[in-house]
Amino acid sequence: MNAREEILSRIRRATDDVPQGERPGDVAVERGYRHADGSSREEIISRFAETVAEYRATVHRVDGDELPEAIAEALARRGVQRLAVPADLPSDWLPDGIEALRDAADSPLSKESLDGSDGVLTGCALGIAQTGTIVLDAGALQGRRVLTLLPDYHLCVVRGDQVHGLVPEAITALGEVVRDTGRAVTFISGPSATSDIELERVEGVHGPRTLEVLIAG
Amino acid sequence: MARNERDAATAAPDAFSGGNKRDTPPFEVTAKVALADNQLRRNLGKATQAIRDKREAAAGEMPDWEELREAGSAIKTRVMRHLDEYLVQLEDSVRRAGGTVHWARDAEEANGIVAGIARENIGEEGTREVVKVKSIATDEIKLNEHLEKEGIHAAETDLAELIIQLAGEGSSHILVPAIHKNRAEIRELFMRELGLGDLSDEPEVLAEAARIYLRRKFLSAKVGVSGANFAVAETGTVCVVESEGNGRMCTTLPDTLVTVMGIEKIIPEWRDFEVFMQTLPRSSTAERMNPYTSFWTGVSEDDGPREFHLVLLDNGRTEVLADEIGRQSLNCIRCSACLNSCPVYDRVGGHAYNSVYPGPIGAILTPQLAGIGSSPGADSLPYASSLCGACYEVCPVKINIPEVLIHLRGKVVRNKQDNGGAKAKLDPENVAMQTLAKTFSDPRLYEASQRAALVGQWPLARSGAIHSLPGRLAGWTSARDLAPVPEQSFRRWWREERGGAER
Repeated sequence: MNAREEILSRIRRATDDVPQGERPGDVAVERGYRHADGSSREEIISRFAETVAEYRATVHRVDGDELPEAIAEALARRGVQRLAVPADLPSDWLPDGIEALRDAADSPLSKESLDGSDGVLTGCALGIAQTGTIVLDAGALQGRRVLTLLPDYHLCVVRGDQVHGLVPEAITALGEVVRDTGRAVTFISGPSATSDIELERVEGVHGPRTLEVLIAG
Repeated sequence: MARNERDAATAAPDAFSGGNKRDTPPFEVTAKVALADNQLRRNLGKATQAIRDKREAAAGEMPDWEELREAGSAIKTRVMRHLDEYLVQLEDSVRRAGGTVHWARDAEEANGIVAGIARENIGEEGTREVVKVKSIATDEIKLNEHLEKEGIHAAETDLAELIIQLAGEGSSHILVPAIHKNRAEIRELFMRELGLGDLSDEPEVLAEAARIYLRRKFLSAKVGVSGANFAVAETGTVCVVESEGNGRMCTTLPDTLVTVMGIEKIIPEWRDFEVFMQTLPRSSTAERMNPYTSFWTGVSEDDGPREFHLVLLDNGRTEVLADEIGRQSLNCIRCSACLNSCPVYDRVGGHAYNSVYPGPIGAILTPQLAGIGSSPGADSLPYASSLCGACYEVCPVKINIPEVLIHLRGKVVRNKQDNGGAKAKLDPENVAMQTLAKTFSDPRLYEASQRAALVGQWPLARSGAIHSLPGRLAGWTSARDLAPVPEQSFRRWWREERGGAER
């Protein structure tokens, strides 16, 4: 018997107390937890701004038409010269005088050039107010996973209408991407951190040590 | 610690060591060593107290915490009852998404599969090295040692795993393997082993040192090795929950990714993350959400590894599954809340358990995975508890650890009676228990023994309490008094008061 057959037959022997006719769906799973946040849009966006900031990320709320200016200011404050961006980033997001490293499918950026950049600017798939989480799914304005991994500074734009209230709402919204495209999904909650030394939280180990978030509209 | 001492520490057998696991010492022996280490108790007590309070707040913030626990428990129960179907479904989903699935009956088979994939993809030039995300399943099968023998270095990239790898020690906590070490000890270790010159003992500075040291490895690694927190049968999505970003590095940058996963880590649907992504972070680091969670489904074009291998590991798990009471141990999502809440773990630390699974969950998982009767160490673990129940209270998937502990104590005793031969039958504990059983089941014997005890205790009972028992029984009274047998038993009192009324 090969390993697969043997493990499966061990499992069948081990669970011979389970009635023959029982289907997985017959084992009841009560989902009595909260599924939707009934708060107003404004409350949800403010909560998102608060919970993201509690991870010691920098958060700004801006009107939609002020976005290019807010991006320029953030990059100038940080002193960013060489900025990695996904190929589909709108050109009005890019301030003058910044060298944009575009990561296109036909000419991907090398790990080394990403490592040597001053930061990365992306959009996101959605935000979660309950936990202060930004979700990337390699979709529009986000690019490959490595883009937001190697640069030490991540400036992320979240539209107000992308913010969901609770974790279950976000998981539902992501289901389609996972099932239909199989693209990778990454949850980001604050900058990279560790609590490995005396359980004291330190921001910044391997991922971007600075996360700055612009909530637009 | 000198290098030869460290080698000796690495070589000490634990419950999952191959041939010499029989020599794993019992908990009470290693616990005594740990209890004598004041530094260890200070390091540990400070850390667990802080995380206990934080977890309480993180769970307390959730009005539907109990409903989430219930749902998590029910989902896992469903998985265990139909594990064969879910595994076949997962295999199919992963293949459709471009991944390769391997099945491993035991540690040896799993190590062989990983080593084969590593050899093939590591290339002949450059360092023969793979980068690894923290994974207890690979600690259980001793993957690093196996790869080392094949001439491949497995570089641990989680900060705490790096610390203990450099120190040549084993993990002492599921989530924070180096919880037993303080900043001064880590500073000294980094200065010696990483050759980075003078460092301060600020956690920021030490984390920065690890960042610089590991960045080069991440950029050049050809093969990444990870464990899995969850894998979704429906979609084939694998999930790694982490904080530092080393998990993202290892699962994104190398061309080849190998994930070793215990067969019990499966969840039915993508939707089930709505439960576990709420309960796991809050129970484990006591945060609303951990900094990074990666979900990948097979391979994606132009994004991440070109090859993905998933190794499904049994290694004793089907034995656990076969025990209807012990089965719930497989529901564990490795959050470590039970360790942090346990008054026994809090004092002895993780090494006393002689297993990659320490604390209350380790006390039930280790003897079941390694096998009852496999070593004095494994057999002693169901007793490494005061049965206070704090672990059950905090468990996000409601594993009734005290119930399993008591069940396993029974199995340990029965195993000794069945397989221990004459020596086990004459074991003082066994003789005492058999005698007690006889005495309690016979009213005449019971009363006679009460009378005998009343006479026999006079040299011991002082001012209404027995402060110290002689011989092997002294352990009982070393930390508490024993109530003496009263002058008059209830049965005698009853007969004298009401005896006349009885017909």
